[in-house]
Amino acid sequence: MAISIRDVCFSYGDGTAQKRVLDKVNLTVEVGSFKVLMGINGAGKSTLFSLLSYLFACNQGQIRIFGEDINKRPMSALQHLGIVFQQQTLEPGLSVLQNLQYYAALQGLSKVHAKRRIEELLALVSLSEQAKQTVVKLSGGQKRRVELARALLHSPRLLLMDEATTGLDVHSRYNFIATIRQLCSQHNVSVLWATHLVDEVLGDDPVAILHQGRILADSRANTIIKTQDCNSIQAAFLKITGQPDQAKARMSLSQTLERHGLKDTTNR
Amino acid sequence: MSFIHVWRCFNGVIKREFLRFLNQKGRFFGALVRPLVWLFIFAAGFRSVLGVSIIPPYETYILYEEYITPGLLGMILLFNGMQSSLSMVYDREVGSMRILLTTPLPRWILLCCRLFASVVIALFQCAVFLIIAYLWDIQPPAIGYLSVLPAIFLGGIMLGALGLLLSSFIKQLENFAGIMNFVIFPMYFASSALYPLWKIEDVSPWLFKLCSWNPFTYVVELIRFSLYGQFSTKALIIVMVCAIIFMFLAIMGYDPKRNGNTKMKKV
Repeated sequence: MAISIRDVCFSYGDGTAQKRVLDKVNLTVEVGSFKVLMGINGAGKSTLFSLLSYLFACNQGQIRIFGEDINKRPMSALQHLGIVFQQQTLEPGLSVLQNLQYYAALQGLSKVHAKRRIEELLALVSLSEQAKQTVVKLSGGQKRRVELARALLHSPRLLLMDEATTGLDVHSRYNFIATIRQLCSQHNVSVLWATHLVDEVLGDDPVAILHQGRILADSRANTIIKTQDCNSIQAAFLKITGQPDQAKARMSLSQTLERHGLKDTTNR
Repeated sequence: MSFIHVWRCFNGVIKREFLRFLNQKGRFFGALVRPLVWLFIFAAGFRSVLGVSIIPPYETYILYEEYITPGLLGMILLFNGMQSSLSMVYDREVGSMRILLTTPLPRWILLCCRLFASVVIALFQCAVFLIIAYLWDIQPPAIGYLSVLPAIFLGGIMLGALGLLLSSFIKQLENFAGIMNFVIFPMYFASSALYPLWKIEDVSPWLFKLCSWNPFTYVVELIRFSLYGQFSTKALIIVMVCAIIFMFLAIMGYDPKRNGNTKMKKV
């Protein structure tokens, strides 16, 4: 297994101010698969990603990445990970090349190795000509591609993508997802793809639906559609989360905002 | 984890800090203008009012400008330490801190890399300040320029670690201004940076006690003695102990097991 999450619970805050965000979450991602983690904003996706990347340690339960327990052996687990966070994390005042060199140094790559990988990956994300450009001058889609290149620099076996298409237009979004799927199928990279956009899900994708901190469904998209007796993953998602009107309205709002390159910040 | 990985990470963090520093030219001039204003204007104005008698490490009567020079070096370190913690809070808000903290190295090493990088920048600022001070006739013995470097470095580590500790408590950038006022100004003024401790004792015994408990006083005294090729064991021990305590607490503050559980904070 690339990821094995067992009975994970997590709460923010102390005592009376404590807020449970994840409740007995169980989830697996098989090696080389593209798994979608679906949930509306506030479902707990980003918190789960923070636990997977050891920004926080979980209160209860166990997270294993390629067999390594992240709480016991965080460094061994982290070395397999490439992460694209929901929030952009590039240094705006530095060039694309400088950002990638910085990350290569953090990952312990030699200068020669880093140079070769940066050239390869900039070609992969079609940004070779922008290498010396300052990040602040790039478009949203280009920044995301730089973040993808950065996440792949140390050849990770697992990619965590937390709403990585946020703020991208439809065309950029399509190309971005296609690149990730290609990595998955051709290079055996495992992907956990968090999203609230149902059109990013394909019929035979393994999908887990996270709602109010709980996994409510975990199967192939087609199977979920079938077992819920629905005609689309969107309908199945709305049915499973049990708040069809509210969820539908929020998803519709999110998707409308996404189409206009804006970000839904409600319920964060 | 290998030594070579740590070394590459350390180099990467220093290079990034330096590039950021070069991109923020205002920060460089701001860091220099502040002590220079004190040296050129404040010290010149107070030269006639404040006489400094012969106290170690000085062997003769000195001008007030000469007396406050170590304090102004301390000021550069103090502001740099706080600036560095401000940048940690900023990094946490814009998200780039996540990239550092998800590096497969122990968190204490990552924080130390970040701390050392900020001190290297401060060393550079202090060197430029000492050159300007030399041209302003503040001319300590040549050996002092060499012996002051480790003292500046150690002082920078202590104040940087304090900044790191503060940044682990600050949830948002807006809260930072208050912390600056509560930390920088009391630390700076209640120390031996601007006036000798014996003068303070004459005027106010409680203020003297406060200054004696202020770790910044010992950073200034460590720099003062080493700038004249001398050594203050007491200052060295206090600065080292405080640096270790601040760093230990800062590492605790950034512990993943504490971050989410004890407070709601973006990391």
